Amino acid sequence: MSITIYVPRDSTAIALGANAVAHAIAAEAAKRQIAIKLVRNGSRGIFWLEPLVEVATTAGRIAYGPVMPEDVASLFDADFLHGGAHALAQGLTEDIPFLKNQERLTFARVGITDPVSLDDYLAHEGFAGLRNALTLTQEQIVQQVTDSGLRGRGGAAFPTGIKWNTVRATQSAQKYIVCNADEGDSGTFSDRMVMEDDPFMLIEGMTIAGLAVGADMGYIYVRSEYPHAIAALNEAVAIARAHHYLGRDVLQSGHAFDIDVRVGAGSYVCGEETALLESLEGRRGIVRAKPPLPAISGLFGQPTVINNVISLASVPIILARGAAFYRDYGMGRSRGTLPIQLAGNIKRGGLVEKAFGVTLRDMLTTFGGGTASGKPIKAVQVGGPLGAYLPESQFDTPLDYEAFLALGGTLGHGGIVVFDESTDMLKMARYAMEFCAIESCGKCTPCRIGSTRGKEALDKVIAGEDREQQIHLVRDLCDIMLNGSLCAMGGMTPFPVLSALNHFPQDFHAKEIK
Amino acid sequence: MNASFDLHEIDPILDALGRLPGALLPILHAVQAKAGYVPAEAVPMIAERLNLSRAEVHGVISYYHHFRQHPAGKTVVQVCRAEACQAVGAEALAQHAMAEIGCDFHATSADGAVTLEPVYCLGQCACGPAVMINDDLYARVTPARLTSLLNQARSKA
Repeated sequence: MSITIYVPRDSTAIALGANAVAHAIAAEAAKRQIAIKLVRNGSRGIFWLEPLVEVATTAGRIAYGPVMPEDVASLFDADFLHGGAHALAQGLTEDIPFLKNQERLTFARVGITDPVSLDDYLAHEGFAGLRNALTLTQEQIVQQVTDSGLRGRGGAAFPTGIKWNTVRATQSAQKYIVCNADEGDSGTFSDRMVMEDDPFMLIEGMTIAGLAVGADMGYIYVRSEYPHAIAALNEAVAIARAHHYLGRDVLQSGHAFDIDVRVGAGSYVCGEETALLESLEGRRGIVRAKPPLPAISGLFGQPTVINNVISLASVPIILARGAAFYRDYGMGRSRGTLPIQLAGNIKRGGLVEKAFGVTLRDMLTTFGGGTASGKPIKAVQVGGPLGAYLPESQFDTPLDYEAFLALGGTLGHGGIVVFDESTDMLKMARYAMEFCAIESCGKCTPCRIGSTRGKEALDKVIAGEDREQQIHLVRDLCDIMLNGSLCAMGGMTPFPVLSALNHFPQDFHAKEIK
Repeated sequence: MNASFDLHEIDPILDALGRLPGALLPILHAVQAKAGYVPAEAVPMIAERLNLSRAEVHGVISYYHHFRQHPAGKTVVQVCRAEACQAVGAEALAQHAMAEIGCDFHATSADGAVTLEPVYCLGQCACGPAVMINDDLYARVTPARLTSLLNQARSKA
């Protein structure tokens, strides 16, 4: 029997050379006349070891990484096909502490299976949630989601069950499920991983949502910067349709549900739900005033569930294992698990799924191992470009929605970006304003003009021109943006700016003029 | 990418996608995939089919960073300039890219071969700085690596 070797097809693995490694392994095996089965699995999210090659042995899957094409011959020489010793050997994959100490619910399958193998998906609890949902009424499905305590994982943390119930209760001949896959936050890649590495899970979650609210059509709005995710989604949707998990009669239940994958066009603000709906309808991604809520008048004016990828991907396990199983993880009002993304200047970067309540410090040290540069951490930005910069004194904060709000920040989509001591926080504050100026949709004045004036004022601070007066002006602008913007783009850009000012004043005030 | 783009290629795209709900973005993506950009001549054709004004179509094209109104170089280099990549040297890499290609961001080299663009996140944030050259992604890109990748791309082009 041939030996199975796994080389990930996740785009980070590919960006680090996984395709060349897969090619080298196949070529070397052919040269040595050894029969192997090469599986392109998803990534385990242990990105600091990618490309991570695994070999299936009787003891379990054994990991080698990071593997470069030039390492392949020596791996064969060391008999890695039977778990042989090698400088790159990492032992059993499941025993790597970074992975072993996680609580993987949503990411349970990710990295284990071939993302576009329906057989693999079914062999690992796939579509168990959908099959359960098909035995329940709409109210019962919504109740399960409500009882699980699931809150929107895109960042706004609105209770998913309540949103679904509004759509369910709104009468209309046509309703929609829209998946917000416009993951534009720097430092986040969990949506990308779900789409590339376990796309059937998202399809299953959306189908359950469709059953729950009476919608027969779903759209996945995925950003154009994610070509690998777009390809994997299209492939998985076609397979699901061919096997009647999607279509006019889902699993002979009499319920119809189908999905269309739509591609964004490089606009960050389209991650805001109403701008996303405008974009899906074929217009500029301009934010809509609320009300009406999308749940009542959303896509094409119809009642619409719009949820982030991770929110929808968390639904199958809730329906498969029950609300209580999911709710038992977490702390306070933050129930379940959060896929956390360790990014930036970090020694061990990657995906860590943990129950809410783990501290930021635990993430940065136990999992992350400190900075990649070896220098002390100066600041971490949690929750994307609109998240606050936190100093060391706040690292004991638990990852919990309310705890981060109390700090004047946001947990957002769970991205943690680490910066070492060489970072100039004044420049990071200026960048936050610049990014807002580039990406603002322009509908409301505080965001459109505030960001441009904010960038100009911080440029003057950098140049040492009227420094104290300009800092005062920046604070004033932040106040207006915070309170007067239409959406989170302008409303939260002050978070990184003010936190940088408040926690790292030495970078703003006492700076030598360059 | 394709200087000799034939406008007759737009009609089949409109036939295939014109009836989709919210068809404009899918159409623009399809046109750009074929032509390398959205030619000005295509705007009235798309507008007529979708019963929109030319201004509406133009407004959408110019709103989104992804859509081009002019052809790009044979090689398009996107350098991530977002926070996670900045934390590991993206600004130095961006400066190196400008010097190496010989143009600013949003511009094309003097010989017309290489277009340099910023991108705000390629989702490779644990292994930055990230760069995309045409359809190929690269992580942990040092200035020296970028030079060798550019040389490869130039010799392929």
